[in-house]
Amino acid sequence: MAAAEFDIPEIKDDIEIPRLREGVMSHVKTFPASKPIQEFLGYPGELGEDWKERAIDKMGDLLGKYRSLKVFLDACVHCGACTDKCHYYLGTSDPKNMPVARQDLMRQVYRRYFTTAGKLFPKLVGAKDLTKEVLDDWYSYYYQCSECRRCSVYCPYGIDTAEITMAGREILNHVGMGQKYSNEILGKVQKIGNNLGLPGPALGDTLEGLEEDIEADTGVAVKMPLDVKGAEVLLITPSADFFSEPHVESLIGYAKVFHAAGISWTLSSHASEAGNFGLFDANYDVMRKVAMRIRDAALELGVKRIVVGECGHAWRVAYSFWNTLTGIGYGGNDPFSIELQKQLDPTYPQPQHICELTNDLVKSGKIKVDPSANDDLVVTYHDSCNVARASRMGTEPGGQFTIPRELIKSVVNNFHNMADDTIYEATFCCGGGGGLLTDDLMEVRVKGALPRATALNNVVKEHQVNFMATICAICKAQFTKVLPKYGFDMGMVGGVHQLVSKAIKLD
Amino acid sequence: MSTVTMIYAGMFYIATLLLVVGLGYKIFDYSRTPAPLKIPTTPAPTTQKGVVYRMAKEVVLFESLFKSNKWIWVFGWLFHFGLFLVLARHLRYFTEPVWFWVVIVQPFGKYASIMMVAGLAGLLARRFLVDRVRYISTPSDYLMLVLLIAIGLSGMLMTFVAHTDIVALKSFFMGLMYLDLKPIPQDPILLVHLALVALLMVIFPISKLLHAPGVFFSPTRNQVDNPREHRHVAAWAARLDQNN
Repeated sequence: MAAAEFDIPEIKDDIEIPRLREGVMSHVKTFPASKPIQEFLGYPGELGEDWKERAIDKMGDLLGKYRSLKVFLDACVHCGACTDKCHYYLGTSDPKNMPVARQDLMRQVYRRYFTTAGKLFPKLVGAKDLTKEVLDDWYSYYYQCSECRRCSVYCPYGIDTAEITMAGREILNHVGMGQKYSNEILGKVQKIGNNLGLPGPALGDTLEGLEEDIEADTGVAVKMPLDVKGAEVLLITPSADFFSEPHVESLIGYAKVFHAAGISWTLSSHASEAGNFGLFDANYDVMRKVAMRIRDAALELGVKRIVVGECGHAWRVAYSFWNTLTGIGYGGNDPFSIELQKQLDPTYPQPQHICELTNDLVKSGKIKVDPSANDDLVVTYHDSCNVARASRMGTEPGGQFTIPRELIKSVVNNFHNMADDTIYEATFCCGGGGGLLTDDLMEVRVKGALPRATALNNVVKEHQVNFMATICAICKAQFTKVLPKYGFDMGMVGGVHQLVSKAIKLD
Repeated sequence: MSTVTMIYAGMFYIATLLLVVGLGYKIFDYSRTPAPLKIPTTPAPTTQKGVVYRMAKEVVLFESLFKSNKWIWVFGWLFHFGLFLVLARHLRYFTEPVWFWVVIVQPFGKYASIMMVAGLAGLLARRFLVDRVRYISTPSDYLMLVLLIAIGLSGMLMTFVAHTDIVALKSFFMGLMYLDLKPIPQDPILLVHLALVALLMVIFPISKLLHAPGVFFSPTRNQVDNPREHRHVAAWAARLDQNN
């Protein structure tokens, strides 16, 4: 089952809004999850006779649990403000990749089964019966959304298509149409402890190898501790950091920061994964189970601080949801929360982003850096969608934009932003987020990267930018694979702590 | 009492009942449905006061729409602000003595009808002219605009061209409010205008006009960005904590 051949879009001078071409992406079907994977997660193994009832029941259940879904399905007026905001529409010109049209795939069914107008006058209000054809459309187009929330910035009612996509995928899961990529990962993280399925002993070996590499490179014995009880910091980082390039360069960067600052830290083999693919559908329980491993590790190891490495959606889950899901944070007055709160050091935010930690250390002079070590680079910064539009760093709104840039500027001398309408809250997704980082969706990934590639191309031409830093494991993996298709060198993508790693002084 | 008066009186009682009960139920339903996770679109305010300010900018100035598309913003804002002034002007039919600020607003309300209809015409034109908007438009999207334009134009006809007996009209509505029925002026333009308004009131709670209450319940706009400092747990989710 090789993915179909497709044309690589051409980079123009500006991001252009294409005229719509109906159905050009309807052939895209991500690989379905196998029966055992589905059943492990508690879903049916395949589409059963009663799929329609199950789907409508699940939709009713979600409508009762999530105000976002209920309000968003009612409130849209079809004004069209979002129609040119999605990178997948801009890259594919398929109208069902316009946020409102993607929502309407569900809204038409919602209206038919849950609203008076849709029950009485379906044609008038665009209501439709749930047919196999509609379900297939869901499967195609809810896996062409990276849940990046760019549309939610521009909607006058704040309608977030990600919420609809998540609900759509959850309903698909409940009728037996899960996605192989995400659901396999959710199996691995629950059985083994990380998304890559890397068992504890292998992780230990990998870390030892990295320690040797750093020592050979710098002459300094920087440690990568694993399962150390009583360490001050528990570092939770995406498992890609352990052996993917360029991710591992940032892991080395974190280790050097802890070493230089003299902070004792540890990784956990039980919770060796920051990523939480439970975010990508609306199954609260699965997301909670995955996050709970981190709470368990924190209690087991007795750490005082929990710090999160470079990962976009993981930071969303950590920053916005961990306190809710697992009590990692402050303000809880129930026994469940208090148990962990009394262990954590209240002088630090919990959880804390590695960029917040490193930036504070640089600013307070506790670690020394030499930005000229990066003088071979002209750097730009890609705001990852989940960090930009679903989280924060520091104490002020927008700290998620200023803190990584402050940190980059302290370790490099040449920095240029990309165009204003492609950064900060307007940032374009890399094209591979939200459970799409799989080879069977390569066409969607490549085309969806077009807006970012266009903005990058402009700073390359104007400022000779040769390095794009980012703080997301998915962005890094996606860009190194996809940017070469647009003629960029895959080595020009890397982490912020990859830059820190080069500039930090270890003695 | 004429048959027409009886019909219109009945129509407005029913329309008002459906509007109030329908909207009341929807607002109750939104407020009882939990928002289990913190999902403000960031950067977001870190205080409740900040949320009120963000929401006020959203509701009064259509801030997000302004960021998004200047054409939709211009037409949408002209329509809504025009409608607001026109509605304020109409309060004179329901108050005796007429409130001070309603007196002040009269001339503005008169010309605001032009803003309102111009805005609606712009929005309708976009539905035909922009391929992306045409693709997403359902019959009801067009009809809703046509209905509002028809209400606006029939009202403007009575304001600028063929005046109706507004003294008698006021006595009809005051009569409805105090359950003391008075005859309705049998002016065809007025009767069309009022019938369309009653229709709008009926479809309000079962249509996309729910964006009006909906915007206040939108979690991406009305949540405070403070998840590290405050634990936010929905009732159905809190039960999960107890099983640990």
